[in-house]
Amino acid sequence: MQHYTNKKEFSSYFEILENHERDGKPVAEVLLQMTDIQKSFPGVHALDNACLEVKKGEVHGLVGENGAGKSTLMKVLTGIYKRDSGSIKFRGNEIHVNNTRESQQLGIGIIHQEINLMPHLTVAENIFIGKEPMKGLFLDEKKANDDARKMLNALNIDIDPTIPTGQLTVAKQQMVEIVKALSYDSELLVMDEPTSSLTDNEIEELFKIIRNLKARGHGIIYISHRLDELPIITDRVTVMRDGQYVGTVETTKVTKSEIISMMVGRTIYEEPKVKSTVPADAPVILEARHLCGNNVKDVSFCLHKGEILGFAGLIGAGRTETMRALFGADPLDRGEIVVNAETITVKSPSDAISHGIGYLSEDRKGFGLAIGLAVRENSVMANLDAFLKGPFTNDQKIDVTTIDYVGKINIKTPSISQLVVNLSGGNQQKIVVAKWLIRNSDVLIFDEPTRGIDVGAKQEIYKLMNELVAEGKSIIMISSELPELLRMSDRIVVMCEGCITGEMNIEDATQEKIMTLATSKM
Amino acid sequence: MEKNKKFNFTKILAPMVLVLLYLFFSIFGRNFFSDDYLINILDGSYYIGFMAIGVTFVIITGGIDLSLGTTMMCAALLGGAAFNSWHWPMGWCLLLVVFVATVIGFLNGVLIAYLNLPPFIATLGTQMMGMGFGAICTRVQTMRYPTFGTPEGWFKNFFYKTTGGFPVGIFWLMGFFLIALILLSKTKFGRYTFAIGSNREAARLSGIKINPWLTGVYTFCGFCSGLAGIFYAAVYTSIIPSTGNGMELLGIAGVVIGGTSMAGGTGTLVGTLIGVYIMSVLKQGLMSMGLQSHWQTFFTGVVVIGAVLLDQYRLKQGTRVKK
Repeated sequence: MQHYTNKKEFSSYFEILENHERDGKPVAEVLLQMTDIQKSFPGVHALDNACLEVKKGEVHGLVGENGAGKSTLMKVLTGIYKRDSGSIKFRGNEIHVNNTRESQQLGIGIIHQEINLMPHLTVAENIFIGKEPMKGLFLDEKKANDDARKMLNALNIDIDPTIPTGQLTVAKQQMVEIVKALSYDSELLVMDEPTSSLTDNEIEELFKIIRNLKARGHGIIYISHRLDELPIITDRVTVMRDGQYVGTVETTKVTKSEIISMMVGRTIYEEPKVKSTVPADAPVILEARHLCGNNVKDVSFCLHKGEILGFAGLIGAGRTETMRALFGADPLDRGEIVVNAETITVKSPSDAISHGIGYLSEDRKGFGLAIGLAVRENSVMANLDAFLKGPFTNDQKIDVTTIDYVGKINIKTPSISQLVVNLSGGNQQKIVVAKWLIRNSDVLIFDEPTRGIDVGAKQEIYKLMNELVAEGKSIIMISSELPELLRMSDRIVVMCEGCITGEMNIEDATQEKIMTLATSKM
Repeated sequence: MEKNKKFNFTKILAPMVLVLLYLFFSIFGRNFFSDDYLINILDGSYYIGFMAIGVTFVIITGGIDLSLGTTMMCAALLGGAAFNSWHWPMGWCLLLVVFVATVIGFLNGVLIAYLNLPPFIATLGTQMMGMGFGAICTRVQTMRYPTFGTPEGWFKNFFYKTTGGFPVGIFWLMGFFLIALILLSKTKFGRYTFAIGSNREAARLSGIKINPWLTGVYTFCGFCSGLAGIFYAAVYTSIIPSTGNGMELLGIAGVVIGGTSMAGGTGTLVGTLIGVYIMSVLKQGLMSMGLQSHWQTFFTGVVVIGAVLLDQYRLKQGTRVKK
């Protein structure tokens, strides 16, 4: 399969496209032209020569993996971020917007993935917020309601403008967002994952509205993880990867697998694991059967002793939710958890912990560590009962154990009295590991273990994980980085929208395969 | 349809409680069903009413103002000092009362909106500052406002009671209540008050400049405390330094009993007014049954907790509808 690693290799696609347009139908007017956009944050080059072109009456898909820079690019477009360099031309004029309000006034509307309405205010009040029709000093509610009704009718949306938006379904709320964005006379609409929380019928309704807008000459940037939607609704697709422009293609001219190979053609710095290191007869240590919960739909999998089981998927695929349900942090509606061939009841994290399950949250600071406390306090936090002498803490035992583990897993800290907040991300992560090891956990669930950790520390974490499984611990690793999954896992489970869409041994796994499964809605 | 029914039920619950309480005490209280008690109910709730109206706006934004009570007292003390020590004419003294309170409200707004202090902390601070400042300015002397019949006593007849004993204060409170009602439901100020409380981020993304509006809400609340100060002075005449602490809670309790959610985004002034009168009827009613003030305090607490439980139930219903 072809890999398009940079813009040059992709130029053949451009030529085809341009030629086609030259001898084809009249070229549609370009509405938005973003070229060579650069944006850096301290330590991260978020956008590197990002480009995007949208024409009038076009639905333009924007795709890429998590962290490919789609959202950053849209934030630059709508003035939430300032670009470092590059040009943005809207209707032929160079624009510099400083905030969302200015971009709205220019005619660029954005519909965020999460609903941004005021639930207690009515539909009409939400649509006209910030530009209320007035009658002298007072609000003209009748006009607001009438105008809102007209706008809703124009798009064939059946919503009463006088009811609070909090009482509408998510789909209807999204339609209100669209009408609200249009009320600024937006010529260009950005839709960020508009279908992520809609049912199939609702998606069909949304597509009708999008086609309607298209027919009226609006340009639409359509960000989606659901690649299957692209041929249905988009005219062209721009692919981004690692903040860079990969290419723009006409949707009808490419297959899904071509788009995927454009998305994932990332250079892999680390050699992927060639073969599973788990012996074929390794016993099953943990089994989940038909777990159901919030964004967890009938999830079943098993984990062998000494195995690293990778969980792949895009953001919102339900991987974290699955693990939180397994760990008892979120309620489980249905399903069975079997540890060492014994069915266990998990009602709260303490149940899971007592059966030897440890969870390393993706949000270390939020859930994993008390960063204002010292290394010593953090490392024994999950197992304080074992460090008590009567009603008092046995400080000596705590210190001895902590020092032992600091040495064992090589935590770089000047002393065990050091506050965790002063340590690097990698060392913080190791302290969370130490915490669960001190608790005698046999199953460790790593949720995005290397997020926000620099390359050197990543290697340390990888090494530690390999040592842990060599000692007979078992690991579940959620990761959004495909190279990391391919390097560490013995087996990979792929999730999409709360369901498991595939499972493969490391010998058969490729980036393309994973991405195909991660974007295929069941 | 069922949803709407439930909604209406919680809406009419507060007025129903008020009517039932009034009937209950009319039957079981001694002489409760009389002009005297009615006038007592009205008189005792002017200052609470004004405070509650102001803090309704604040609570709808999702904030809180703990400085109401001491702001009111501080402003009234300064007005009293202007009258007693500096010999200002009464009219100017009353303007000073409103001015001082408005400035404190503005200070709250700046601290909360521009300097990002949590409302609880900011207003806890100004609560203490107000209390101390009032005492400092008056050198801890009780400030006496003119009484009926004295040359400057006109203001009592004007704001509190006519010479014939008619409680004119109720007209002022109702008049101001109507103005506030229009402000909350018919102007941008009111609309943005709801918008900020409902979803601040969405309001910001809609291009609303949060900070000035939020400052305005706290300033308005301060202004209301100033009006409360005038009526407190008119009814009770003497203002004692280092008091007022805890009076804000009566105002807040009224708002909460009236069904305004502490989480912000919802609330009605009608509810607030009813909440204030529920407390007042309870107080006078228990008195008419011969129960002393500690009983009143106790039952007010019961009503507040009941109202907040109701608020939580309502909130749960609200989120359930959203899903």
